[in-house]
Amino acid sequence: MSFLQFAFYFFAMILIGAAARVVTVRNPVKAALYLVLAFFSAACIWITLEAEFLAIVLVLVYVGAVMVLFLFVVMMLDIDVARLREGFARYLPVGAVVAAVMVIELGVVLTSGRFDLESMPRPSGHGQDYSNTREVGLLLYTDYVYAFELAAVLLLVAIVAAIVLTLRRRPTTLYQSPARQVRVTKAERLRVVQMPSESRNKENQGDPS
Amino acid sequence: MIPLSHYLVLGAILFSIGVVGIFLNRKNLVVLLMAIELLLLAANMNFIAFSHYLGDLAGQVFVFFILTVAAAESAIGLAILIVVFRSRRTINVQDLDRLQG
Repeated sequence: MSFLQFAFYFFAMILIGAAARVVTVRNPVKAALYLVLAFFSAACIWITLEAEFLAIVLVLVYVGAVMVLFLFVVMMLDIDVARLREGFARYLPVGAVVAAVMVIELGVVLTSGRFDLESMPRPSGHGQDYSNTREVGLLLYTDYVYAFELAAVLLLVAIVAAIVLTLRRRPTTLYQSPARQVRVTKAERLRVVQMPSESRNKENQGDPS
Repeated sequence: MIPLSHYLVLGAILFSIGVVGIFLNRKNLVVLLMAIELLLLAANMNFIAFSHYLGDLAGQVFVFFILTVAAAESAIGLAILIVVFRSRRTINVQDLDRLQG
């Protein structure tokens, strides 16, 4: 058994175990942490498939950003786990049967010889001077540049949508309104009072002594 | 050497676990979103395996776009989750039975 085989089966076992824990564990925080483990193992498997760029992206973007977002949200919400677990045992048999049937069906199709080593041999791999990031970048910025720009716009829309959805204005909080500050005129703020001028002598005359 | 079918079966197992997660945790919105992430991970695994065995980098580009869309999806999903929790004080799917907030 070569090192590559050992690495693949090892990471695959961890990946499947972690994924199973994600959907069965009681605490959503633990589920998020198991999902981190699953993504990390998947990134390791992707590295054995010479997809180094995407493996690093998966770790940085998913483990670093999306899962932290999940953890933030899970810890921010005050969740009643016991009520959410209702019906878990009731649906376990159905879910297990569906999963087993799906795995068996897909296994029968996928191991039928169409995808074995004879009909689809594993490529020998690239040399040391091969850069996966460079190759993906070359493809991304030439053939798929429109899709790439669309993806950027999509991310922008997602940012704006997420912020607008969660934006909350409390009625008790005081805000400055720059628009009203700019729009204000002199007449609204300044009142000129007409009154007679007073002299110093008059002030002495008024002295009761 | 590892045949391609092993990678594909791994993706199939991951996908099934994601489907079971949707079955089991149909009341917990957070875990539902996590199960969807598992489904997308399974799809990405297949894309990358085929990309390697066929020697075509287009598969990796597609995984890149799937990751983008999945990140946007989970961000908006979690934002909606927070809004729902603010108005209902629950994320139980069964309690979300009114259209007007």
